[in-house]
Amino acid sequence: MRLMKLPTRKGRVLVLRYIGAGVVTLLFLFPVYWLFMISFKTPDEIYHVPPLWMPGQIQFSNYYVLFKDGDVMAILNSLIVAGVSSAIAIILGTLCAYSLARFGTGGENLAMWIISQRMIPPIAVVFPIFLIYVYFGLVDGYFGLIVLYTAFNLPYVIWMMRGYIVDVPLELEESALVDGLNRWQVIWKVVFPMVRPGLMATSVFTFVFAWNDFLFALVLTRTEVITFPVMLTHYFGGQSNFWAKIAAMSVLGTLPIFVAVTVMQRYLVRGISLGAVKG
Amino acid sequence: MTFSLSFNGTEHRRPSRLGRVLEDRLPYLIVAPAILVLLLVGLFPLIYSLIVSFQRITMTDNDTSFAGLLNYAELFRDTRLWASLGHTAIITAIALPLELLIGFLMAQLFIDRMPGRQLFVALLVLPTVISPIVAGATWRLLFDVRFGPIGEILSFFAGEPIRILWTVNPAYVYPAIIICEVWQWSPFMFLLLLAALSNVDQSQLEAAEIDGASYLRVLRAIILPAIAPVIAVACLIRGLDLVRIFDIIWALTEGGPGSMTETISLYTYVQGFSQFETSYTAAISFLVIALLTLITTLVLKRMEIAR
Repeated sequence: MRLMKLPTRKGRVLVLRYIGAGVVTLLFLFPVYWLFMISFKTPDEIYHVPPLWMPGQIQFSNYYVLFKDGDVMAILNSLIVAGVSSAIAIILGTLCAYSLARFGTGGENLAMWIISQRMIPPIAVVFPIFLIYVYFGLVDGYFGLIVLYTAFNLPYVIWMMRGYIVDVPLELEESALVDGLNRWQVIWKVVFPMVRPGLMATSVFTFVFAWNDFLFALVLTRTEVITFPVMLTHYFGGQSNFWAKIAAMSVLGTLPIFVAVTVMQRYLVRGISLGAVKG
Repeated sequence: MTFSLSFNGTEHRRPSRLGRVLEDRLPYLIVAPAILVLLLVGLFPLIYSLIVSFQRITMTDNDTSFAGLLNYAELFRDTRLWASLGHTAIITAIALPLELLIGFLMAQLFIDRMPGRQLFVALLVLPTVISPIVAGATWRLLFDVRFGPIGEILSFFAGEPIRILWTVNPAYVYPAIIICEVWQWSPFMFLLLLAALSNVDQSQLEAAEIDGASYLRVLRAIILPAIAPVIAVACLIRGLDLVRIFDIIWALTEGGPGSMTETISLYTYVQGFSQFETSYTAAISFLVIALLTLITTLVLKRMEIAR
């Protein structure tokens, strides 16, 4: 019906753009679709030649195995480590960012040093950290990983939040101070509500960074606090890959991120654009 | 909204002594915890590592005597190290421009208003936020020579059976890694460029359209200069990530076949955690840091000149 009304040039362009958008989305989502489908297939269907585009029926035995074998503990570990470290990084980082933005504490040098911490490649610090952790008995514990991810995310949080806080009109804070609020109240009641969208976006990214980290977790976990990416690589066997487990675990491990990104989506787009435009 | 609260008597309450100290020292108090964590986890290991890199520690021999620049001299004789740097350079040099180009084309496709655009953008973000290990594992399944769909799709278009050992055949491992990498990170470029493009001055674009300027001319004269800073930042972020690429290769090829796709991060890992060449690994780490610092400084310099 609508197509009938669109013989204009503008209309044709729009149709072409929808086709382009559809093709692009299909290309980029096909791998995700494939992974998702494998997680519902039976072994016969997974190892079928030629490959089947869809399982005969949706069945959850691949997920059931993960729960039965206790492999889902890895997801729980990831939730704890990524959740707690993100919360700490956000709190410490935002406070630090406030000081840098409002009082210019440490001047440009401190700000530059903090962002330079972000540039250090993980591979360069993971080895000495491993040696230090072995010495203090921190390997394979929650505490060690949480401290590490907190430190890893702090420069990002400070950098992003400093940008958001600078944008809060100074007059708002000044009038609140004149009205008798102390600094802590100003931070909590005036600044915090203003930077909330930015804070949300930053929190999501912080969580995603910690959640997806592989290298640190690979080196610093053994059996007790294995996180989900490390667990996944355990399935890459020498001769046969446990595809069913890989697929089901991947889906489970992507779910929290998917939920976080979807729920926070309106903040994310703003967060990304603000961060990018500021450079 | 918040001001109604302030007249409820808070102005008359004199802060206690402790309160005043907390308030006076506040700028430093709230910086301290974050800096402390950064020093402890960021700087301390680096200093420790620097000392170790001048010693002679290996797995079997905890020899803490100083060896001067011995480990650093060894770097120059280590062919596998330079090969791994070469692999890293190849991947970066091919993947980065590809991601930028694809991201830009995607952004162009979605820049104008169209119903349902938000949904497309939300879906396209997905590859970027999933774990690189999951990305690598997924493509390993897709590339599989017998049970993966890619061989099937290629065969369909070629009209004859095509069987490629993507992750084993030396001719195809790099394309496999780069396809996976580009799939995961083009959407990142897309998001940044979409935001940058939507900030391009619309009146200039309209004026150019009225003057009948060709698309390429508009691109060169208006669009590219406007989004250049964002392109520079995006390339810096992605470039630094690509130089330390680890996860995707670990999941896809584990550096193989042989050490053909071993990048500098993988090589450092092997030296540190399977060969346990403690002091030598520390020296490699500093080579990596030096290289990255050099790249970053050069890029930042160029960006400043460009502005």
